[in-house]
Amino acid sequence: MLQVAGLSAHYGRAHILDDVGFTVGAGEVVVLLGRNGAGKSTTMKAVMGLVPPSAGSVRFLDAEVVGQPPFRIARAGLGYVPEERRIFTELTVLENLEVGRQKPREGLAPWTPERLFELFPSLGAMRDRPGGRMSGGEQQMLTIARTLMGNPRLVLLDEPSEGLAPVIIERMAHAIRALKSEGLSILLSEQNLHFARLVSDRAVIIEKGRIRWSGSLAALMDAAEVREQYLSV
Amino acid sequence: MEDLLIQALNGLASASSLFLVASGLTVIFGVSRIVNFAHGSFYMLGAYLGWTLVTRLPEGLAGTPFGFWGGVLLAALITGLIGMVVEMLLLRRIYGSPELFQLLATFGVVLVVQDLALMAWGPQDLLGPRAPLLRGSTDLLGLRFPRYELFLICVGPVVLGLLWLLFHRTRWGRLVRAATQDREMVSALGIDQRRLFTGVFFLGSLLAGLGGALQLPRESVNLHMDLAIITEAFVVVVVGGLGSLGGAFLAALLIGELHAFGILILPKITLVLVFLVMAVVLVVRPHGLLGRASAPVRGAAAAPDPPVGPTPRPLVIAGFAALALLIVVPPFLRDYEVSILVDLAVFVLFAASLHFIMGPGGMASFGHAAYFGAGAYGAALLVKHLAAPMGIGLAAAPLAAGLLGLAFGWFCVRLSGVYAAMLTLAFAQIAWSVAFQWVEVTGGDNGILGVWPAAWANTKLVYFYLTLALCLGGTLLLRRVVRAPFGMALRAQRDSTLRAEAIGIDGFRIRWLAFALAAAMAGIAGGLFAYAKGSVFPTYLAISRSVDALLMVLLGGVQTLSGPILGAIGFAGMQEQLMRASDLWRLIMGGVIIALVLFFPQGLAGAVRRLWEGRRA
Repeated sequence: MLQVAGLSAHYGRAHILDDVGFTVGAGEVVVLLGRNGAGKSTTMKAVMGLVPPSAGSVRFLDAEVVGQPPFRIARAGLGYVPEERRIFTELTVLENLEVGRQKPREGLAPWTPERLFELFPSLGAMRDRPGGRMSGGEQQMLTIARTLMGNPRLVLLDEPSEGLAPVIIERMAHAIRALKSEGLSILLSEQNLHFARLVSDRAVIIEKGRIRWSGSLAALMDAAEVREQYLSV
Repeated sequence: MEDLLIQALNGLASASSLFLVASGLTVIFGVSRIVNFAHGSFYMLGAYLGWTLVTRLPEGLAGTPFGFWGGVLLAALITGLIGMVVEMLLLRRIYGSPELFQLLATFGVVLVVQDLALMAWGPQDLLGPRAPLLRGSTDLLGLRFPRYELFLICVGPVVLGLLWLLFHRTRWGRLVRAATQDREMVSALGIDQRRLFTGVFFLGSLLAGLGGALQLPRESVNLHMDLAIITEAFVVVVVGGLGSLGGAFLAALLIGELHAFGILILPKITLVLVFLVMAVVLVVRPHGLLGRASAPVRGAAAAPDPPVGPTPRPLVIAGFAALALLIVVPPFLRDYEVSILVDLAVFVLFAASLHFIMGPGGMASFGHAAYFGAGAYGAALLVKHLAAPMGIGLAAAPLAAGLLGLAFGWFCVRLSGVYAAMLTLAFAQIAWSVAFQWVEVTGGDNGILGVWPAAWANTKLVYFYLTLALCLGGTLLLRRVVRAPFGMALRAQRDSTLRAEAIGIDGFRIRWLAFALAAAMAGIAGGLFAYAKGSVFPTYLAISRSVDALLMVLLGGVQTLSGPILGAIGFAGMQEQLMRASDLWRLIMGGVIIALVLFFPQGLAGAVRRLWEGRRA
């Protein structure tokens, strides 16, 4: 579904991504693991066209997306949930969802606010609340819901567990598993290995802008030295 | 009592018109973050187009209600389309550019439109027709009040209501509100920003055009409408809070009433009053009445300014060569040419002083002419009232300008970005109003005449050498200061206010002193200019002169120390040549500005540097 190969990006003269490559298959949840500043968010932004890559290729549904403007990439069915949430604080919950709405996609049951409120019940109780007056966890759910309104086939989820209370993280994991069971492909970025284990099939480890390791979650749990080297703080 | 009521209603009617224009400006700013100088030009175009459509109707329609109201609406529509075209051809290409460049580009549009309007409609004022159905007046609470004014009073709230519905009840409106907050996120959700922005420009320009066309029955159409309305619209938008429609409405009411009652109570200082209110509002509420601190625009992070290195050797050599030429050649030139050199030297110092706060200081000043004028008037007033000799006059110039800079700067350097720029504009307008309206002291519009140099400097040539020495000295002093510890602290607080404060730099104090120093230097330029011309006029402090200074700095390039020098020579030289060569100098100048913004976003010095580095690489 998503094939990333040889992806590089620069900020000024600093290399931030160097020859990054990985794939996400249909219906698969892949987690991009790495410490703060390893290049997880930049990878996602480069895939989405928000950071122009200096080299490499990103193929989504067998079409090259590098060089396309972000709105075309989004319309092709690639959803993006940013790390900082970026809720429209002046808009209500329903209005936020409205901004994310795109045409239904063939073969997918279209997302509606009602269906999303089943997935995230707490949002349903605050339809007309401005985004600025919601808690961090509620905002995180709203960003995911907003992106789903575009009926994506693959979602880039940038650190959804960051800064959330453990009980909210459990709920988030539950929602992500529900999405996976609907056939949605997900590329997740995480520092929280515990959360990643709850939802992911495969892991890709990134450090200093390069891919260092990839394999199944089970293999990662067996490879203590890999976790020690790249993930421990 | 009756007079008061009439004035209050008059104020409301003006407020409505003002709101129409300001609402378009604020909506455009909210989404695109462009401070659109050309908005006033769209207002003027709306009025001219409306005049043509209403007065040049085919026989059957002329004078009918349909002819008039249809003409007004059509004028608004056409203006909206023009705005759309300008967005698609020009502004769309510069959304990523620094704020001031966008401003410069829209000012280029102002110049172009001025000349196009002059070509199409001629220089004379055009009188509009009266509005059918709304002629005459109505009795209201026992007073006779013109019906058209009553109609205008209703237009404001109605438009506010319609806009509210548009932004809160339609998908398009919600997208616009979302994009106002975070346009990158909106595009990541699959929305084509370009179409959204184009639509917003259509709407904003349409509102400006409507505002202009609705003025037809009230006042004559002329070529000065654009800059007159844009200043007031800026005030309204800034007082209301950038991007806030409700704020713009409140502020329009406030300013409209202030005008109406100001004329009754203090006719002398109405102009001062408006800008004084703006200054007070901004000092008390730095983001306007209903504005909020705006998050920085995502995805548009400007690259940090390069550090200031030592002057490259070739540049030093070129500088000395130019200086040698300037000393050796003038005795062989005619008086007229020498006086042009005097102007150039003055403008170099003027531009260098503005660059000092814009480049190394990281502040924007929209009212730098205030200090140029303060220097000129400081010298001229001493001459007029105390018959002071030239030496004292020239010493008083930087003193007066520096003190004014200390006073105004104390307020201005607290704000940042567009708000700071607008506050400096407000103060400059206050200074201008004083020069313009305090006739007993300043001579008002007639200015002060007979400001001639002392006998020993009374030939063009000697005066040129004096000017060269002082302007060169001032410019070199500013360059020296940028490299001194004070300049380092100034650049440090520009790059990161917080980090600079954390290592013990008092950002406010540094900015304040830098502002005053720049003002004093502009004052020297102003003083020299006064003696060179033999007279001073309120135009020395007018907005257009502030804009000239901005153009010089931006043309030259903010990021290099040599930029303002090249920019001043390039700009003043070009203006001088164009004004002599062609009646259409505004058109050409505007075109050149637009081309420069599009093709040389780093300014002249930046372009030269890139060429230079490209050749060496």
